[in-house]
Amino acid sequence: MTIAAKPAADPAGRSSPAAGRPRPERRRFMHLRYRLDLKASPYLYIAPFFALFAVFGLFPLGYTAWVSAHDWSLLSDEHAYVGLGNYQTLLSDPYFWNALGNTLSILLLATVPQLLAALLLAHLLTLRLRGQTFWRMGMLLPNVASVVAVAVIFSQLFGRDFGLVNWVLESLGAGRVDWQTGSATSHIAIAVMVAWKWTGYNALIYLAAMQAVPREVYEAAHLDGASRMQQLFHVTVPMIRPTIVFTVIVSTIYGLQIFAEPQLFGGGGPNGVTGGASRQFQTLTLYLYEHGFNRGFEFGYASAVAWTMFLVIIVIALLNYLFIRRIRSAS
Amino acid sequence: MNTRPIRAAMAGAAAAALALTAACSGGGDDDGKITLSVGLFGDFGFGPLYEEYTKLHPEIEFEERIAEFADHHTNLTTHLATGSGTADIEAVEVGYISQYTAQPDRFHNLLDLGASDLEGQWLDWKWQQALSKDGEALIGLGTDVGGMAMCYRRDLFEQAGLPVERDEVSALWAESWEDYVNVGRQYSEATGGGYFFESSGNMFRAMVEQADEGVYDREDNLVVESNPAIGEAWDLTVEAIEAGMSNRLQAWTPEWNAGFNEGTFATIICPAWMTSYIETNAPDSVGLWDIATVPGGAGNMGGSHLVLPAAGEHPQEAYAFLEWLTAPEQQLKVFESTGNFPSTPALYEDPALTGMTKAYFNDAPVGQIFTAAAQAVEPQYQGPLQGDVLATIGQGLGRIEDGSQTPEEAWSQVVSDLESF
Repeated sequence: MTIAAKPAADPAGRSSPAAGRPRPERRRFMHLRYRLDLKASPYLYIAPFFALFAVFGLFPLGYTAWVSAHDWSLLSDEHAYVGLGNYQTLLSDPYFWNALGNTLSILLLATVPQLLAALLLAHLLTLRLRGQTFWRMGMLLPNVASVVAVAVIFSQLFGRDFGLVNWVLESLGAGRVDWQTGSATSHIAIAVMVAWKWTGYNALIYLAAMQAVPREVYEAAHLDGASRMQQLFHVTVPMIRPTIVFTVIVSTIYGLQIFAEPQLFGGGGPNGVTGGASRQFQTLTLYLYEHGFNRGFEFGYASAVAWTMFLVIIVIALLNYLFIRRIRSAS
Repeated sequence: MNTRPIRAAMAGAAAAALALTAACSGGGDDDGKITLSVGLFGDFGFGPLYEEYTKLHPEIEFEERIAEFADHHTNLTTHLATGSGTADIEAVEVGYISQYTAQPDRFHNLLDLGASDLEGQWLDWKWQQALSKDGEALIGLGTDVGGMAMCYRRDLFEQAGLPVERDEVSALWAESWEDYVNVGRQYSEATGGGYFFESSGNMFRAMVEQADEGVYDREDNLVVESNPAIGEAWDLTVEAIEAGMSNRLQAWTPEWNAGFNEGTFATIICPAWMTSYIETNAPDSVGLWDIATVPGGAGNMGGSHLVLPAAGEHPQEAYAFLEWLTAPEQQLKVFESTGNFPSTPALYEDPALTGMTKAYFNDAPVGQIFTAAAQAVEPQYQGPLQGDVLATIGQGLGRIEDGSQTPEEAWSQVVSDLESF
């Protein structure tokens, strides 16, 4: 609106006869100003974001890359240049690959069921329900809870001796599970925490997208005899594809950076840093934390981990994007 | 829409924020008052002492910041390295102290502030631990020491047909840790697989703390592989694990806390500070816990120093408080309220200390028990990454406990993990 209003507010007022004819140079200057305003102002308006991004996003990114090329410990003042040495060490460290595997496993376990459940929940929320706002707002509640609180509570629920989950399993005759010790069980426990927090959020995003789908399409499908489920998968899903792409990418990025959940699940001691005694649930961020904020405070190495994570996230987000794009072509 | 109230509110908030920043940054100097910040891990029982000190010195006020054990030391290291964010007074646990004495420049030298006359006040080894390598700088004054004892559950011992009185229990394992493991075997058999202790890591650590040399030699070389005491401790711990004696709990987790009250394990290594921890976590178990002596002789586990980071702006005032706080009279008060045992030998002959008993532990003479334990401690050299090395070995034992590795695999992974230190 400002852009459109500017020329009108121009004091040069070409239509004002009282002002007389402005001198040609002045007119050229006014014209230039007008053009500049039209062309440059929009950039000025969006500049604050990019200025902030440059300071808090781009600069740290570049500086991290710089640090990652050094043997840089917080505890010493000498920072020797090592080139790609940190990356070499990183790629040859089996614990790094273990952390990458764990992260991907938790990502899959958390994201796939979570997004499917969100889709179903959103579908249910489009139905005519009593107290619609209550249900919709309720969806968002887990997301409001602090991630630390969620992780602490769920770690207790998944406790070996006195956890609620094991108590239920035992009363059903299924026997106790030592959630933390096993690789798969610990991944499931952490995935549940993530899913609990984010399912409702994604459901609301899907709901918003679904409400933009024209009713006529459903009516046509209904006339053709499509059931509610068929409508969901053959009408709704293709129609909200961009939203699905968005949620998949956002949850992928979040899922690859999981930190608080495994850290707190491991308890206050060393297991919280290594993700269990056997590193069975050490994620990439936890691996970064182990090297950057523990005994050696090796910032150089940790920066190399951060950059590698950044690349991994880009690659996986791209793969996801290509995969999700097939939704339309498949239907 | 009228935006004026919102603007007014925002302006108010901004003003309040400014006022707050001003109040925080200045340390409250403008009215002549000084706020000393104290960074601790857990409750050291200093609350009433702050009040007492403020009564003596009305110009001094306190602000206590408490963080979790590991976080506290991580934060302290980062804050020291970046030269900002430290409290005026910070607590350092013994497992971390030599990491900090290696960089004495980052702290106020207490010898310059007046501590040089006080050397005789502390146990000699407690004093030495806070000295820099060249002996020129003292970075901290000792608070408590962790002379070890063994806490045990009377009710569980009775069920297993073992003696329950503390002298008889002490006699069961008076000779050695092997005897302790044998009693554990009896206990497990009699109770049908009951757990004798909570975590093998603690048992291992207790044995190591008793040795003449621990995981480091005096030149700061890791001697985990070459020190026979470590190998023996490892083997005996593995034996206990394989006999099913460990409850496989990880220290400081909710499950571990719950175990004290539920009675899932029968014994736990008890440095003095552990007694208050048991009391807090098992408030319903009054009289069920008791204290015997630890097998294998004396040793120290835990205990802290208070240090003054160089970024602190009030070294004189902070030191004056520190000297007062760590003086025998105040250490005695801390012992009375928390069970953290004083590091000042002058108290060890004081009946107020030696005569103390704890009703919770079946009237155990805690004063006597821990005085004897502290006096018998032979100091062990603590290397720079002491805490981390022990944690790494503890994790190896954890992998044997949960069945993910054989003892040989666990040991070789410990060795390779330690190589990266």
